Amino acid sequence: MGRFILSRLLQAIPVLLVVITATFFLVRIAPGGPFSAEKAVPPEVLKALESRYHLDQPMWQQYLGYLNDLVHGEFGPSFRYPGRSVNELILGGLPTTAELAFYAMLVAIFIGVCAGVMAALRPNTAQDYIPMSAAMLGICMPSFLMGPLLVLIFGVWMEWLPVSGWGDLPGDKILPAITLGTGYAAYIARLSRGGMLEVMSQDYIRTARAKGLPEWVVVLKHGLRGGLIPVVAFLGPAFAGLLSGSFVVETIFQIPGLGRFYVQAAFNRDYTMILGTTVFFAALIVLFNLLSDIVAVWINPKLRHQLRDNN
Amino acid sequence: MTATLKCTLLALLCCLLWSCSGGESNVTVGNREGVLHLGNGTDPQELDPHIVTGIPEHHIITALLEGLVLKDPATLEPIPGVAERWEVSEDGKRYRFYLRHNARWSNGDPVTAHDFTWSWWRALQPALGNQYAYMLFTLKNAEAYYKGELKDFDQVGAHAVDDYTLDIELANPTPYFLQLLDHYSFFPVHRATIEKFGAPDERGSQWTRPGNFVGNGPYNLTEWKLFKQVVVTKNPLYWDADKVSINAIHFHPTENVTTEERMFRSGQLHRTASIPIDKVAIYRKEHPELLYTQPYLGNYFYRFNTKVPQLSDKRVRRALAMSIDSEAIVKQVTKGDELPAYTITPPDTLGYTAEPGFRYDPEKARQLMAEAGYPGGKGFPVTELLYNTSEGHRKIAVAIQQMWNEQLGIKIVLNNQDWKVYLNSVDTGDYAIARAGWIGDYVDPNTFLDMWLTDGGNNRTGWSNARYDELILKLAPEATDREERYKLMREAEALLLEDMPIVPLFIYTSKTLVHPSLKGLKPNLLDYVLYKELSLDPSYSGKVIH
Repeated sequence: MGRFILSRLLQAIPVLLVVITATFFLVRIAPGGPFSAEKAVPPEVLKALESRYHLDQPMWQQYLGYLNDLVHGEFGPSFRYPGRSVNELILGGLPTTAELAFYAMLVAIFIGVCAGVMAALRPNTAQDYIPMSAAMLGICMPSFLMGPLLVLIFGVWMEWLPVSGWGDLPGDKILPAITLGTGYAAYIARLSRGGMLEVMSQDYIRTARAKGLPEWVVVLKHGLRGGLIPVVAFLGPAFAGLLSGSFVVETIFQIPGLGRFYVQAAFNRDYTMILGTTVFFAALIVLFNLLSDIVAVWINPKLRHQLRDNN
Repeated sequence: MTATLKCTLLALLCCLLWSCSGGESNVTVGNREGVLHLGNGTDPQELDPHIVTGIPEHHIITALLEGLVLKDPATLEPIPGVAERWEVSEDGKRYRFYLRHNARWSNGDPVTAHDFTWSWWRALQPALGNQYAYMLFTLKNAEAYYKGELKDFDQVGAHAVDDYTLDIELANPTPYFLQLLDHYSFFPVHRATIEKFGAPDERGSQWTRPGNFVGNGPYNLTEWKLFKQVVVTKNPLYWDADKVSINAIHFHPTENVTTEERMFRSGQLHRTASIPIDKVAIYRKEHPELLYTQPYLGNYFYRFNTKVPQLSDKRVRRALAMSIDSEAIVKQVTKGDELPAYTITPPDTLGYTAEPGFRYDPEKARQLMAEAGYPGGKGFPVTELLYNTSEGHRKIAVAIQQMWNEQLGIKIVLNNQDWKVYLNSVDTGDYAIARAGWIGDYVDPNTFLDMWLTDGGNNRTGWSNARYDELILKLAPEATDREERYKLMREAEALLLEDMPIVPLFIYTSKTLVHPSLKGLKPNLLDYVLYKELSLDPSYSGKVIH
């Protein structure tokens, strides 16, 4: 297992290097610079700004300088927020985004697994069709529609929940979590239905039933463990996706998270911020993929044996 | 079992939602406690007056710092700020300001004339990257000092005679100089605080953080959470603190206008920074008392690239201008009470109103096109109209594309680009016709006219006229009175509109939603707000729309 993890970590280095290099040069090739504005910036000021952020150096020198900073854990200063470093901005937004992603994940798993299992227990009946159609709808419905719709119903018409904010008013975390979570709930529902269908026809389930176990024990104890393997494999990338894809939800609900920085930085040509967030998200995705692989190995005896045989 | 489970879950969800409802809104609590909640557009980048460039920053900084003069929100004429009174010399080049003795920094230090000279010295340090440094170029020798041609700051026209007397010498008589003093680039900063947190010209040091910030305005900075809010609370040491009725202001970043409108409706904001265009008509019909619109010191126009062959002929440019029905655009497309514009300066800019430079006349336009060699649009190459990606700009562009096609028979293709790409294209002259907007920096026609000077950084049309340059650079600044100066400026504007390197479309309006409990706002061209004149009426509850 240790060797497996080590080799996966080593594989991550070239992946990240490619991400850094591609992003570094792409953002600099894009037309328009971080300091261009509708009101023309006088040449002297532009010169001062460029020298302040080393943009007057040759590209390769900037690149090497950036790599050097990265090795020391520094993402550099933000161009858009002069008094803030990219590290500070990422660390400032991350807890909020992570919290949002966590709640959204809970929503997604709860709704998704319930719907998927229900559907798998009575395939091709109304109990299957209704949740699965809802899941299809959930996959198709983008969060920029779902969010305002929920706000309109629960925030504006019924006045049950706040329309925006994060941690300011009681209950203001509910709608963002549901909005972000439902899309993933739909995927999880479909995955868990598929997984459960396959497992429930296995011999060991028949054995469990033959032993006279109550049906809920068969489903929850014996069925779920195998049936959720595809879901677990999906969770890692899904969590990374939730973290990096929360931009729309953060914008709709005015949440001070990382997703907004990421997108705004691209519009603002905030080079260091674009690079910082991209590298950070790339590292997260690599990490979560690795984690989900480890968990998959851990809960799936077949994979565990395979790994041992390979070693 | 499944049914029981479902019922339990449903009951749980209901309990959860029930427990969340019933909280008091920001506005209700705010009215009771004297806390104002303002939507503030984009998140502030910085709070250092010598670094920032935006309007949201302006809203916050004017609560924290105060310049020599303020403006009367009703008339926009200067009124005393840190300076109690001032004298102007006959030739309009020398000013003497008498500072009030009771003006204090929030740490108790007196605000002195030396604070101003030091602050302006700092604002002119190139390493700081102050994009508004050119505002200070009105001071004698400031430009030379900034460009390094002059090393001695004593030669720049700002001298502290003593702690409370400040002498200023200008490069030219600048009738709008007092207006400039209320711009944040002229605001004083607290020297000891800045030096405590780094070099004076260090960009982005920690002095602007809550707890560090020392200001001289009506409010102190107490909280600054990125993307969340900036909170300022009443400064008891402010010289006019007795007049300040609101205890604290919360500035909420509201980048998404749709969300902002929902926040307003649910009682989270007293005032929005903006309003979604498609909601203007609805509010006007159903809640006109909440909609607050006023003409704004900014205009929307199209640039013609005079270096593009088919647009190098001024008859073509005039024909294009004369076939745009701006009335129809503001009534049917923008629908926000904008004023159709036939001049580049907004009407009555501190008493200045220019003669209309053209009018909507498709017949004359067709005639001009024929004279230029394109009768009925024949032979006119397909021309591109560039705008930065936005639904509003697209709608206007489509309307104008149709007008030109119907009236002149020419074919226009639309091209939208991401903001920074668009800026780059316009800046490098890689366009034929481009959408543009301009917000005045101060209330004076000069802010709209000095951008069309030959090779000016904001010209970007390739247009050049020697007489125009002479009028704006030499003759108008030397005019002895306002009327004579305005006459020269009218002549310049007429030249500009005769050649038509740009076509004005409309004057912006600022449109916001205001809760009826917020009192003391006065409409003006700059949407200028003096916080000490505002008050909250506690008799209103938060919700105004049900």
